[in-house]
Amino acid sequence: MEFYGYNGKIIEVDLSREKVRVKELDYEVLNKYIGGRGLAAYILWNELGDKWEEVDPLGSENLLLMLTGPLTGYYPGVKLCISGKSPQSNGMVGSVLSSEVAIELKAAGYDGIVIKGSSKDPVYLMVKEDIIEIREAKHLWGLRGREVFLKLKEELRRDSTRGPWGLRGDPAFIYIGPAGERKVRMATVMAKLVHAAGYGGYGAVMGAKKLKAVAVKGYGPMPKVKYPGWLRYLIREAWNVLLKQHSIRHWGTTTGSYLTARRSSSEPVRNWQEEWHEERSYSPRSFEVYWIKRYWGDYGCPTTCMKISYLRTSEFKDSLTDGPDYELQAYLGTNLGIFDPKANIYLSSLADDLGLCGIQIGNLLGFVAELYEKGLLSKEDLDGLEPKWGDVEAFAKLMVKIAERDGIGDILAEGVARACLELSNLKGIELCKYAVHVKGIGVGAHGIRSRKDYTQFISYALSTQGGDHTSAPLLPPLKRWGELWNAFNDSAVICSFNVPEGAEDLPFEFLKAITGWEIDLPLWGKIHGRRILTIQRVMLLLGGPDLYWDPRLHDRNPPKFYEPLPTGPFKGSKVVEDEFKRQVKEYYSALGWDEHGLPTNETLEELDIKFLEGAIKRIKARLKSS
Amino acid sequence: MGDIWILRDPHKCSGCKLCEVACSLTHEGAIWPEASRIKVFEPFPGIDIPHLCSQCPTYPCIKSCKVNALKVDPKTGAVLVDEDKCTGCGDCFKACPGGVPRLHPSKRKVIICDLCGGDPECVKVCNLAGYGALRTIPAKDRDLYEVYAVKPSELAKGLYEAYYGGRN
Repeated sequence: MEFYGYNGKIIEVDLSREKVRVKELDYEVLNKYIGGRGLAAYILWNELGDKWEEVDPLGSENLLLMLTGPLTGYYPGVKLCISGKSPQSNGMVGSVLSSEVAIELKAAGYDGIVIKGSSKDPVYLMVKEDIIEIREAKHLWGLRGREVFLKLKEELRRDSTRGPWGLRGDPAFIYIGPAGERKVRMATVMAKLVHAAGYGGYGAVMGAKKLKAVAVKGYGPMPKVKYPGWLRYLIREAWNVLLKQHSIRHWGTTTGSYLTARRSSSEPVRNWQEEWHEERSYSPRSFEVYWIKRYWGDYGCPTTCMKISYLRTSEFKDSLTDGPDYELQAYLGTNLGIFDPKANIYLSSLADDLGLCGIQIGNLLGFVAELYEKGLLSKEDLDGLEPKWGDVEAFAKLMVKIAERDGIGDILAEGVARACLELSNLKGIELCKYAVHVKGIGVGAHGIRSRKDYTQFISYALSTQGGDHTSAPLLPPLKRWGELWNAFNDSAVICSFNVPEGAEDLPFEFLKAITGWEIDLPLWGKIHGRRILTIQRVMLLLGGPDLYWDPRLHDRNPPKFYEPLPTGPFKGSKVVEDEFKRQVKEYYSALGWDEHGLPTNETLEELDIKFLEGAIKRIKARLKSS
Repeated sequence: MGDIWILRDPHKCSGCKLCEVACSLTHEGAIWPEASRIKVFEPFPGIDIPHLCSQCPTYPCIKSCKVNALKVDPKTGAVLVDEDKCTGCGDCFKACPGGVPRLHPSKRKVIICDLCGGDPECVKVCNLAGYGALRTIPAKDRDLYEVYAVKPSELAKGLYEAYYGGRN
């Protein structure tokens, strides 16, 4: 069968045995699972499904995947999907970041990389066309993001410019910071200082494998496509559509704090005690003055929503980050009681440099600060630190302690879901009601109580990726920004911000022009997407080895969301239990899942995934016994 | 259409590389980063340097070519490559002060910007997107061509200093 849109090859690296091989991908598998998140679900199920509960996400048996999709390189903007068994949820997350590693992989003749095993000593992987090398990385180990970037960039440039070719482009690479090396469950996989795959915690998986970085260089064209003429037309069409997104082009998501806090009252403030504030200091206007670059993007992206903030002076001198984007404005700002844009830029820069996910760490620090505020954690518990709301330096020190697993940082490095259990044990008080996560993953910075931003109560509670705000279920399930919709973007692998309202068919037209496959949005929702979510759901409920999720207890919102909003235009709003239950029922049934959210036999049949039968029996047996 | 020249402004370059996409689609019929005649180099995030032929009036590349594979396009002033004659020896990219000519990854022949015959696609897309990092001007105004006839690393130093205070 001829491949269009794929190279049909994947690199498999076994770090334990120091072996590298190139495997052929099966046409039927690609047709069913597309790429990125979908392909990750297939590969993980195939390799780990039978023993999922026993696989330690931070053990050598876990896999780390770096996958492209059929739209990589063609659809505007370039994204890479990172996956594996998640050390946050114990399920699987398709964690997507901007990285030119994706286009370099395609140019080098591959569709992705599978990393198995773990190395004894720090290494990095270098892929240059058909040369695949596991290289020593002792000189990079221990370094923070910016140092890693500079060193590796220089080293790789020397490498790639060798030979009688003239001046060629540098290899692209992804890497981890100190947090990943120490297996901090909130660790990210980073690219170009500010791009991060945060959800899932795959920086920790990379660290557990002693893999500091992955660099790729390819010299070929994107794979052959089925209808080149039509595709060229579609590329132009996409440019025209995307160039009309004026707000996101101009400000990125930095308008977020202003809009979600002031208008929709859904921004986390002081660990979600409130979701509203009226700080005019937190408008995009007060951030944009620090941008040294307003339009910044990766390969082929006309949107360029990324902005580079850099502070030349002040006590926060030399801080470098993006916008910060809305999520980090919220989590390393308002959620910590910080309303100073410069302090927000500083903490975002520090999170990037340590390789910590700004969302997860901001969520956790808010939790710690609330416990401190309420006298549930003392100065002594926190190694002498006093994280009061707005105390930038105390939060910065905690972040470093967490990235280094120093003192209290060692407990907190386990992430909010595990840390709250451990702290509850130590203190003899129930503290998890202050933790704002769903199934191990701190929720994104979009509240659901006001129903003006994320308008439905199931958006986190039912996600196969826990609190991931980029994978939030909605009704009807195929709705824009809903999990089923986003699963396509993560599988194709494209950026959801590059699918503007009204252009939902465009990525599917690209898919058809590239691969020749007749998959449209309704079919995606009925079969392909539903298949991927169903596999992910089963993996999530299998969980283990340290935490398991029970749908009767954990298909719920964080306790905070059942408390009424105390301030703002939607004061008094909270999750309405009856309405929530109705949505749960409707969503399960729309996906072909039973009352516990497990796929029915008919669903398994319809989606051709009867291989899940054994796993479902295992889950049911556990539910019965508990 | 007379002689033209492409003016660049690295401050305005977003690093989006739509220019590379447009160039390779036009010349190769595919998206092919390493076969693009224009390359954007990014030695550090935010330091984005569009790099292409400066059309030196002295044409050191043409002078260096022992097999007469390079000539000036009388219509535009661009350097055209005769693929039948080019041996891929690399003399021209050693002679070029900017290290602009490169070998095509599969054909192993030199590739140099041909100005798309007078209406460069890279410039069009850069302006369509509103960046204006590339602009077409009459070639007679290229008396400062040597400003861009340098390797990207040379431009990078100054930009880094301007953006990040020179610490690197």
